[in-house]
Amino acid sequence: MTDVLLEMRDITKTFPGVTALEDVSIAVRRGEIHAICGENGAGKSTLMKVLSGVYPTGSYTGEIVLDGKPVHFNGIRDSEAQGVVIIHQELALVPHLSIAENIFLGNERRGTGGLIDWNRANAEAASLLKSVGLDENPTSPVIQLGVGKQQLVEIAKALSKEVKLLILDEPTAALNDIDSAHLLDLLRRLRDRGITCIMISHKLNEITAIADSTTVIRDGHTVETLDMTDEDSTQARIIRGMVGRDLDSFYPDRESHPGEEVFRIEDWTAWHPTQDRKVVDGANLNVRAGEVVGIAGLMGAGRTELAMSVFGRSYGRDVSGHLFMHGKEVRARSVSEAIRNGIAYATEDRKRYGLNLIADVCRNISAAALGKLARGGWVNGNEEIKIAEQSRRDMNIKTSNVMTTVGTLSGGNQQKVVLSKWLFTDPDVLILDEPTRGIDVGAKYEIYTIINKLVAQGKAVIVISSELPELLGICDRIYTLSAGRITGEVPVGEATQENLMALMTKEKELAG
Amino acid sequence: MTDTKPPETRESGTAPAVALHTGTSDPRTLIMRNLRQSGIYVAFVVIVGLFAILTDGVSLSPGNITNILLQYSYILVLAIGMVILIIGGHIDLSVGSVVALTGAVSAVLVIQQGLPWWVGVVAAITVGLAVGVWHGFWVAYVGMPAFIVTLAGMLLFRGLTLQVLDNISLSPFPGEYQKIANGFLNGLFGGQGFDLFTLVIGAVAVAGIAVSGYRTRTARVRYEQSVESFPLFVLRILLVGAVIMYFAWQLAHARGLPIVLIILAVLVIAYGMVTRRTVFGRQVYAIGGNLSAAQLSGVKVKSVNFWMFVNMGFLAGVAGVIYSSRSNGAQPAAGNMFELDAIAAAFIGGAAVAGGVGTVVGAMVGGLIMAVMSNGMQLMGIDQSVQSVVKGLVLLLAVAFDIYNKRRVGANR
Repeated sequence: MTDVLLEMRDITKTFPGVTALEDVSIAVRRGEIHAICGENGAGKSTLMKVLSGVYPTGSYTGEIVLDGKPVHFNGIRDSEAQGVVIIHQELALVPHLSIAENIFLGNERRGTGGLIDWNRANAEAASLLKSVGLDENPTSPVIQLGVGKQQLVEIAKALSKEVKLLILDEPTAALNDIDSAHLLDLLRRLRDRGITCIMISHKLNEITAIADSTTVIRDGHTVETLDMTDEDSTQARIIRGMVGRDLDSFYPDRESHPGEEVFRIEDWTAWHPTQDRKVVDGANLNVRAGEVVGIAGLMGAGRTELAMSVFGRSYGRDVSGHLFMHGKEVRARSVSEAIRNGIAYATEDRKRYGLNLIADVCRNISAAALGKLARGGWVNGNEEIKIAEQSRRDMNIKTSNVMTTVGTLSGGNQQKVVLSKWLFTDPDVLILDEPTRGIDVGAKYEIYTIINKLVAQGKAVIVISSELPELLGICDRIYTLSAGRITGEVPVGEATQENLMALMTKEKELAG
Repeated sequence: MTDTKPPETRESGTAPAVALHTGTSDPRTLIMRNLRQSGIYVAFVVIVGLFAILTDGVSLSPGNITNILLQYSYILVLAIGMVILIIGGHIDLSVGSVVALTGAVSAVLVIQQGLPWWVGVVAAITVGLAVGVWHGFWVAYVGMPAFIVTLAGMLLFRGLTLQVLDNISLSPFPGEYQKIANGFLNGLFGGQGFDLFTLVIGAVAVAGIAVSGYRTRTARVRYEQSVESFPLFVLRILLVGAVIMYFAWQLAHARGLPIVLIILAVLVIAYGMVTRRTVFGRQVYAIGGNLSAAQLSGVKVKSVNFWMFVNMGFLAGVAGVIYSSRSNGAQPAAGNMFELDAIAAAFIGGAAVAGGVGTVVGAMVGGLIMAVMSNGMQLMGIDQSVQSVVKGLVLLLAVAFDIYNKRRVGANR
């Protein structure tokens, strides 16, 4: 039983300024399904990138032993040659190529003269598809398949490489219940065929259902490895391992005096733009003036999608539901309508969606409410600079003047520019999506202070965050979201990381 | 967690900004602060100087300066619309064909039908606007890439030109129409061997620049922003004034003030203001700089894209009028390759390939660099083939400089 296929010993991986992994060790037995759990950002994906050679030998310290031999991978090709294959959460299929072409991409079945032997490729593809239980023609393009079937194509592709160790990163995150069940079933059959499997997952019920052992990672360290045949290895035990750290004391104090309700959504539903599933499913939520409300959910739970569909239907199709501002139902079918109705949304990815990085601080701050500075279409540039200078001082944006290009600022200062921009629209409710992602501790404190100042002025704030301690530290109430549904609403006094995590991993049928 | 690799240099890159801010009266830091913009002016001066030497001063003679203006005015008009499209992240490959079509429509009405000259002008501009609406519809509302839409337009409108003209050339236009591109305003105030009116207009322009510069400066001071020191401000105005007066002096000693220069000056001033100071202009920059961010800031992207193309159509119509007036007729092959000259002008003038960066004045200087080079090489009797090679290399180097500059600034996206 102690036949170990893979051992990673004392893996330490640092990025400039951040230690992503520190002395992480993990042992995977031959022929088992080994789950890896941890909060967002705990280091799971980094660990898998080290294992698959995305981060080459030398960029980390520690040792990888596969089949008793130390191995050094300098890229995906190296690791695949040794039978280690990773399937990423974002599927790596070329949509307009056929199933067979995708399966053998980069690994083409060649015939005479180096030309591709299509008959052989299609025949082999057909038998691979059969082994993963997918009844499709190998020549049909991948784009015609649903995500669940695409996932199976990825697995068939892995099998074509004579895989010894299959790594799946959040394989069921984008799947519906039926497809998820199929996939888990397939993993069991692969295990019976002797393929070892590492599965990263947030869904604890799946882990308890399928995994033979589970390693919990937290903040770049291994917490423990649980034997899932053990009776103690319950979901609660895993949750404790995932969150088991003290609340940090760097949240500024605030006295909470919630007033009238400012913002409410009822029965809010949004469909995935291309797939046939609901990403937000009948959500009800409200915020009062002077209140900070948190939304907790794991990756893929639909947090950002909820916020963006509310914000002028920036996400999803067939968005339905009712939106009330100050008790009156309003329409916000476009971003400009949403802004007019007093809604502001600061995105989770400020570089891609929040800022014009090649423009200066001043123009970014005025971007969402240029009309306030203009008369008859003409912008008062001096007034604009005055406003921007005001924000720079109020927000403590560290730059010598507002003509600095935003792209040259640090993450924390960029975030303050984003906040300035939205405050200039004079919103009643601010939705802040991951407001402290990727910024350092000092700047985080400043952002929290700004949030406190805003609610003291009577604004309503919704904070979406992956970091539970952050939500517990700054919110008055916390909603939990799982698979697009609100699964709980907890006043901060009653909330703990454990009960939130339990609600965040709660499945639909339990939510009822 | 996985993308935490911000280059440390970016942090340290903000430090010198403080020094720049306080040392505003030091001309060297002023130049360095805006290397991207000032680089083009330096290049322009060098090229003008170079050809003045190579042609023994002929290139700066009154007659030749007038010639350059008349010859390249329509390219400069096109470049105004083109740089706005490029800032917004689009392009227009059809403008050469649209110049031909608008000129052809005007020629058919005025020359064949014998209608008054201004009917031709109005018709040409209307056709240009219609073309802009057509392109704007496909790009903004159907969501097609401008490259494809305007490539189709290039073929489409060239074909329509042939149809309108029935494959023959039309000429000549009546005198009034010809005056648009070949006429001069002069003799109003007399003068001994030169045109006093041209000098007066030059002086008015200098005074206008000085007054508006001073007003901008005092407004900035009132808003407590940094400004260049007063002596430096005066020096800059004097320098610009000297260049303009020299230019006016030269024109006054040739044939006077070209009407087309007045048209061009009005357009440059108007569009300079539109791009810098209107909501529309700002939104063009916002869309080109980061489309998603603009969308999520409430910019009505479709409408802005649409009007950018309508504007380009308008300017193509104006260029069509100027070109048909200049060539005194309409030809089926008119305007061939004009789109490439206009695009080159915008890029040489500092517009960024990815969008979000560029200025109207920059595009004008870029266009003039191309004009001065072509003209200088023609004066020197250099073969057409060599001219083409040189122009190609200049475009290549200008964009390479832009990319190098962007990497240096570190505004990675």
